Amino acid sequence: MSDAFHLWYDDEAGPVVRPYAMTGGRTQAAGPDFDLIALVVADSAPEDDPTLPHGHAAVLEVLQEEPLSVAEIAAELDLPVGVVRVLLGDLLDAAHIRVSRPVPPSRLPDERVLREVIDGLRAL
Amino acid sequence: MDSVRSDRDRRERRLDPGLALKILVAGGFGVGKTTLVGSVSEIRPLRTEERLTEAGVGVDDIGGVEAKTTTTVAMDFGRITIRENLSLYLFGTPGQDRFWFLWDELASGALGAVVLVDTRRLQDCFPAVDFFEHRRLPFMVAVNCFPGARVYSPDDVRSALDLDGDIPVVLCDARERESGKEVLVALVEHARRMHLALRAPG
Repeated sequence: MSDAFHLWYDDEAGPVVRPYAMTGGRTQAAGPDFDLIALVVADSAPEDDPTLPHGHAAVLEVLQEEPLSVAEIAAELDLPVGVVRVLLGDLLDAAHIRVSRPVPPSRLPDERVLREVIDGLRAL
Repeated sequence: MDSVRSDRDRRERRLDPGLALKILVAGGFGVGKTTLVGSVSEIRPLRTEERLTEAGVGVDDIGGVEAKTTTTVAMDFGRITIRENLSLYLFGTPGQDRFWFLWDELASGALGAVVLVDTRRLQDCFPAVDFFEHRRLPFMVAVNCFPGARVYSPDDVRSALDLDGDIPVVLCDARERESGKEVLVALVEHARRMHLALRAPG
C-alpha cells in the first residue's frame, strides 16, 4: 500500500492529499449504507464547529443551499463516492446531518407517486 | 425564543429531504446514455467517480499490473424535480462489463431502466437486457436513431432482441428533450403497469 501511495506523487497526480487521506484511510462508513440517491440534509453550518476537518466542512458547505443526494455531493466536491460516504458517516454520528431513507428495494413506490411522476414528466 | 423556533420550523420545512426515485440509462459504449441524461436533466449532467478496490480488481483485466492498483469508474447522472420533495434521478450506467457490481447497487431500488440501442451495434445492449430481465426490473428499449443509420421499426428491434411483447420499444433521438421525455414517460408507465399487475390478486 505504501509503495502504491508514493507512486501518486508526481505532477499529474492531482491533489497532494489523496482522497482517502480525508477519511483517515477508512473506506467504509461507520453508520448505515448511504444509497447514491439518499438525500442529505445539513443541520449545522461548517462555522458551527471550527474543529471539523476540511473535508467534512466542505460536505456541510455544499449542503447549506438545499438537500442533495449522495451522488450530487460527490460530483460537487469531485470526490469518490466512497470517500463521501465515510465523511457522511462521521457527520451523521456527530448529528450534523440527517439522511433520508430511499425507497427500500423490496418496496415499490405507490401508484399515486408513479402517476405524479408520469404527469410531472409530461408537464416538463 | 420565538424567532429561534420559527427559524427552526422554516429549516425543517426547507430541509425535508422528500422522496427520490432512480431510473437507470444503460446500453453500450457511445450509444448516447450521457446525451439522453443531459437532454432531460434540469442540471448539467454530473459525473461522480467510484474508486474500485479489490471488489472490482479481481475481474478487471489488469494483466501485468499489481493487484492493489485502483481504478475509477465514472457514472453520469442528472436530476428532474417533479415537484417539491419528489425528484427523479437518472443514472447512466458504466458501459464496461467489469463494473457489474456497480450495476447491482445502481439497480437496487430503481424504478426502472432504459436500455439505449444503436441498431448498428445491437449486440452491445445484450448484457443490459439480460441483466434487467434477470433482476426483474422494469425496463424498456429506446432505439437512438443516429443520423445516417438505417431505420428499423420497433417490431424489428423487438424480434431481433427476442423481447417479451409487453416490453416497450420506442424510437428516439437522445439529443432531443421532448424525445427523451417521451422515453421516460413510456418507462414509468410500463413500471406502473408491472406494479399493478404484481399487486392484482391471483
